[in-house]
Amino acid sequence: MGAGKVSIRHVHKAYGAFKALDGISLDIYPGEFLTLLGPSGSGKTTLLNVIAGFERPDSGSLMVDDVEFITRPPHKRDLGMVFQNYALFPHMDVFDNVAYPLKLRGIDRESIRNRVMGALETVHMDKLEARRIGELSGGQRQRVALARAIVFEPKILLMDEPLSALDKNLREHMQMELKRLHNRLGMTTVYVTHDQQEALTMSDRIAVLDRGRVVQLDTPQNIYDHPNCKFVAGFMGETRFLPVEWRDNSYHLGNRSLRLASQPYCDVNGWLIVRPERLRWAGNAQRDNRIAGKIMDIVYRGDSHLISVSLAGNHEISIRHTGLEGKELPVPGQEIELWLTPEASVVVGDAVQ
Amino acid sequence: MTVMVQETEPVVLNNSLLQRSRNLQGISFIGLSLPAAMLVAAVLIIPFSWLAWLSLFDAAGNLSTENYVRLLRPAYVDSFLTTFKVAGLVTAICVLLGYPVAYLLSQLPQRATQILMVFVILPFWTSVLVRTYAWLVLLQRQGIINQWLLSSGLISEPLPLVHNMTGTVIGMVHVMLPFLILPLYASMKAIDPVLLRAAANCGASPAQAFRQVFLPLSLSGLSAGIALTFVLCLGFYLTPALLGGGRVAMWSTQIADMVAKFANWGAASALSVVLLVVTGGILWGVNRFMRVPDAWGGKR
Repeated sequence: MGAGKVSIRHVHKAYGAFKALDGISLDIYPGEFLTLLGPSGSGKTTLLNVIAGFERPDSGSLMVDDVEFITRPPHKRDLGMVFQNYALFPHMDVFDNVAYPLKLRGIDRESIRNRVMGALETVHMDKLEARRIGELSGGQRQRVALARAIVFEPKILLMDEPLSALDKNLREHMQMELKRLHNRLGMTTVYVTHDQQEALTMSDRIAVLDRGRVVQLDTPQNIYDHPNCKFVAGFMGETRFLPVEWRDNSYHLGNRSLRLASQPYCDVNGWLIVRPERLRWAGNAQRDNRIAGKIMDIVYRGDSHLISVSLAGNHEISIRHTGLEGKELPVPGQEIELWLTPEASVVVGDAVQ
Repeated sequence: MTVMVQETEPVVLNNSLLQRSRNLQGISFIGLSLPAAMLVAAVLIIPFSWLAWLSLFDAAGNLSTENYVRLLRPAYVDSFLTTFKVAGLVTAICVLLGYPVAYLLSQLPQRATQILMVFVILPFWTSVLVRTYAWLVLLQRQGIINQWLLSSGLISEPLPLVHNMTGTVIGMVHVMLPFLILPLYASMKAIDPVLLRAAANCGASPAQAFRQVFLPLSLSGLSAGIALTFVLCLGFYLTPALLGGGRVAMWSTQIADMVAKFANWGAASALSVVLLVVTGGILWGVNRFMRVPDAWGGKR
């Protein structure tokens, strides 16, 4: 019995001229919650399907607990999986769906009953064991699918955008529930999503994928605060980019030299990342970076006003006004100065260095 | 700025206006279905009632049950059983041949399916009469199949392939196959392929996934196809008449004989009524007891 370690090495998969996976190498640690994050077509679902055994890659290695899995048929992999649209069997009721993996493993009736009810209890569905799948809501189906994936206690759980079909409130609730479940059961979890918020909320580590490659692999905080290229930065948060120029041994935004707290992910000219929540209404001219602009428009968002500011060179950034700044809400057309601390000033390049 | 309805403002419910618009909608629905309803009455209900009426009179024109009592004679009972035997056999062969074809069609990529589908539907575009004569050419004593078998030395005497049960069944299977494949294909196409992946992920081998997931989900289409094929077989006339060579006494050929040879409309009508009632009973039974679509998740 292993612990649920996955080692992916140089995995390639092409559909004609399209490279779905372009040499992916990735280690997934036992017990960790790893999210594959990327836009559609980035290869994240293909990679998950390679792990599950539904896609045969063109080349590469997939080791699960130091055993080569690359040609092993899916039904011999012992991996739990939650599919995007749940893929519950419509001709079976809730109980039979969850019992299916156990029946296939030849487990006796009584143990099946106990384990199925245990799994259903875990996902708060034990009252609905006799329901038909067609009688369940989206959230309930999601729970049954989860119960079916964990009932045989796999070491590794794969999830393919399991929450994408749920409405926003339920999705956020289920994110927390999945996170707690992972903490409790401790199985290695590989989670696919295109939703950066979901990835940030749930993951131990995030692998950001783009065009079949892993662009950055790090903790949520590092991915958000220190993206290693423009693509990753643009994928996280409400990011705007301002072009910066390398001259006289420092980066310049317009004609002002930038003060940076960390080594930029860039050699020559790059981009300064500007996110609404990182901008300040006040700053220290000796220490912080100053950005001057003009208010374009103000949108009420409930928890705050989102204020669009136009800068020289036809650039636009935005900042929130929550009312706690000690500043009055400005009016459109007003000239203002905004501030970024050196710690909040991150410069990235177009591609990973 | 709060907008509220003044309590003094009169309440407008428009009850009669809304009722009027509901009535108009009802009338337009009736108007749209009226031509079809009249056609059904003219070509189905009236002739059939007349048929049923005719079956109650003997050759002399007296009211009697003679026409129905006659059906208990061994010749008719045999013919009745033959009809069911042929229909059952043809349906069974259609299932054996058609299920794999429908499965293949449902699993292949779109383009390949479109091409193969032409071969399934092509017979529909050819007259049954032409196809039946074509089988006659193929199957007769000096037909292509017998000549080939003789010249290859596999047989020394021509096989009796036509003017008997064998020929009838071969010809009928050919005609009926699309009626089984098409509904079956439709139900298989509706099975989400992800379900088979889910089964594999649960630990099911391809054979187990097929038996425990795919097969049960295709049963609704299969039962529809079986019912359609079987019922069409029961009343099928042309192919049994031509390929059976008078030796396969199906219910339908009996009806034709009654009218064409004996001009006994009363007896022919009684045969027709029995066939119709039995057919209706089978369809009702399939609908009532199989109820396979329920497997799709009950009341949705």
